[in-house]
Amino acid sequence: MKLIEYQAKELFKKYGMPIPEGYVCKTVDEVKEVLEKLEFPVVIKAQVPVGGRGKAGGVKLASTKEEAIEKAEKILSMEIKGIPVKKILVAHAVDIAKELYLSIVLDRRNNRALVMASREGGVDIEEVAKTNPDAILKRDIDPIIGLRDFEAREIAFWLYPEDKKIALKIAGIIGKLYKSYVDSEAQLAEINPLVVDSSGQVWVVDAKVIVDDNALFRHPDIEQMRDLDYEDPRELEAKEWGLSFIKLDGNIGNMVNGAGLAMATMDVIKYYGGEPANFLDVGGSSNPEKTRKAMELLLSDPNVRAVFVNIFGGITRTDDIARGLIEAFRTLDIKVPVVVRLTGTNEEIARKMLDESGLPLITVRTMSEGARKAVELANRSN
Amino acid sequence: MAILVGKDTKLIVQGITGRDGSFHTRLMKEYGTNVVGGVTPGKGGMEVEGVPVFDTVREAVEKTGANTSIIFVPARFAADAIMEAADAGIKLIVAITEGIPIHDMLKVKAYLDGKGARLIGPNCPGLITPGEAKVGIMPGHIFRRGRIGVVSRSGTLTYEIVSHLTANGFGQSTAIGIGGDPIIGTKFIDVLRMFREDPETEAVVLIGEIGGTDEQDAAEYIGREFNKPVVAFIAGRTAPREKRMGHAGAIIAGGEGTAEEKIKAFEKVGVRVADLPEQVPQILKEILK
Repeated sequence: MKLIEYQAKELFKKYGMPIPEGYVCKTVDEVKEVLEKLEFPVVIKAQVPVGGRGKAGGVKLASTKEEAIEKAEKILSMEIKGIPVKKILVAHAVDIAKELYLSIVLDRRNNRALVMASREGGVDIEEVAKTNPDAILKRDIDPIIGLRDFEAREIAFWLYPEDKKIALKIAGIIGKLYKSYVDSEAQLAEINPLVVDSSGQVWVVDAKVIVDDNALFRHPDIEQMRDLDYEDPRELEAKEWGLSFIKLDGNIGNMVNGAGLAMATMDVIKYYGGEPANFLDVGGSSNPEKTRKAMELLLSDPNVRAVFVNIFGGITRTDDIARGLIEAFRTLDIKVPVVVRLTGTNEEIARKMLDESGLPLITVRTMSEGARKAVELANRSN
Repeated sequence: MAILVGKDTKLIVQGITGRDGSFHTRLMKEYGTNVVGGVTPGKGGMEVEGVPVFDTVREAVEKTGANTSIIFVPARFAADAIMEAADAGIKLIVAITEGIPIHDMLKVKAYLDGKGARLIGPNCPGLITPGEAKVGIMPGHIFRRGRIGVVSRSGTLTYEIVSHLTANGFGQSTAIGIGGDPIIGTKFIDVLRMFREDPETEAVVLIGEIGGTDEQDAAEYIGREFNKPVVAFIAGRTAPREKRMGHAGAIIAGGEGTAEEKIKAFEKVGVRVADLPEQVPQILKEILK
């Protein structure tokens, strides 16, 4: 689960990290209200769950009330990478003497968390890694011992050699960042930029946190922060049903058991010239009701011109999938062609059930045959 | 020969009294795996599928001489179960459980390093040496004994490709699902090292997917010192960025872990990458001629 700027800052604030005063607004009226409390200049920042806000014009400075209102209005009516901006953060703009980068990330290769620090802050860290890798310091952390104070100090003295007092303040922030990372079971906790202002104060000017979805059961407080303004309601609904669903832009719906096979099915659809409308993994269990629900989700997308059901039954019983499909046809108004490939556990029973149902399903034997057929049918109906 | 599991495997099932644990205990026994016991804390003294249940792994090991454990324990208790197995001296631990928190796994990895135990998974289908032992949840009937080592991050996609292998006369020495999580016990490169030393394995099929750099590391290793032919398949060419594709580890993050970069890494060291699952046996036929 991704915490966007204002949420990540809320979390960091609880750990005593220095956050410039700021307020989340959804309307211009709210902006007018908070401007009474803020010291100018202010910065107005689109709160969206995607990167590249600055380049898209979603971050603007303002030195007067009028200017702030005008810019807020503009940003609130923007779309960034296809996502309408539903809220903005209006905050005091601190003056910037130096921008730094600081994060705790999961290092999959070494199975450890890593402190990453860079003297080049405020820019894309992946870009810095490519162009100027010496400007980045990485230090891995023993997961059982945790980050030691001396480690934080070493990193901070490297990061800000200009002033020891300020470096020690930064060391404190590194410790707090690590604590928030561990406590919230994050995969990423990032401050970019960490700003040193002209008076030597240090500020968290932008923040991002990604929390491990599998750990959310231990963190109801974070689960509660889920921003429903930016969640796809269908993806949330799917999750409640134990389905893994991601909407895409194509027109061939597909329903598959297992994440690897589901990705491969999308790839094979593309290989034969089609575009997948989604990723959908029905998982290992084979409750017919889940299959019906999955079909309902797929068909709620008006772009879908054909559906490909690709099941390799192992633990999943194909007769349960067949039962769910028959139920889906009974309860939903299905107007698009449905191609079905069921292989594995109880496939004879499943095939017989589908044949005897008299439903307009197209049954195929292999994944490639099914993908080709679905692409052909989707193109025909366009 | 083959690797990791076989006739010498003496298996215990942690979480044996649960729905999945008992169901797969039966299927593994039917396949011929030597299941010697199970563990569910508080249920010691019971019997499930004809094998004794113990309260602790230590007791199970003492009474049965088990050397391998398979874990079906729910996610929130699974890290503890893995460490319990390692502490009791189990040398091969196979964690089927999906959804173990990452921070738990970081601790587990550090703990296991000091115990000399190998972990397969979590979030994996397990492993099978056809005709000898199945320590996992895969449908046994699609596998045939032979000379192809299979290693994969996925479950059903492995079954898909294995069924094409079997249908084309390519049996398997051992097939291993290493799991779809970001932190796993055994990576591609570890399995390749074992296949390298296994005289029965003549060639390897490697099934990867988006996310992380394990495939790239494997490619680099193959180029450096692997001495057997490899055919790869990479799932997720059409996956969008920054979206978790079902598996916790299947995510292109910060532009890293795309299918293209993995395919490029393999091609650079002369490993052919199949576009479709059914092309895997075709490519094997060409390179094993």
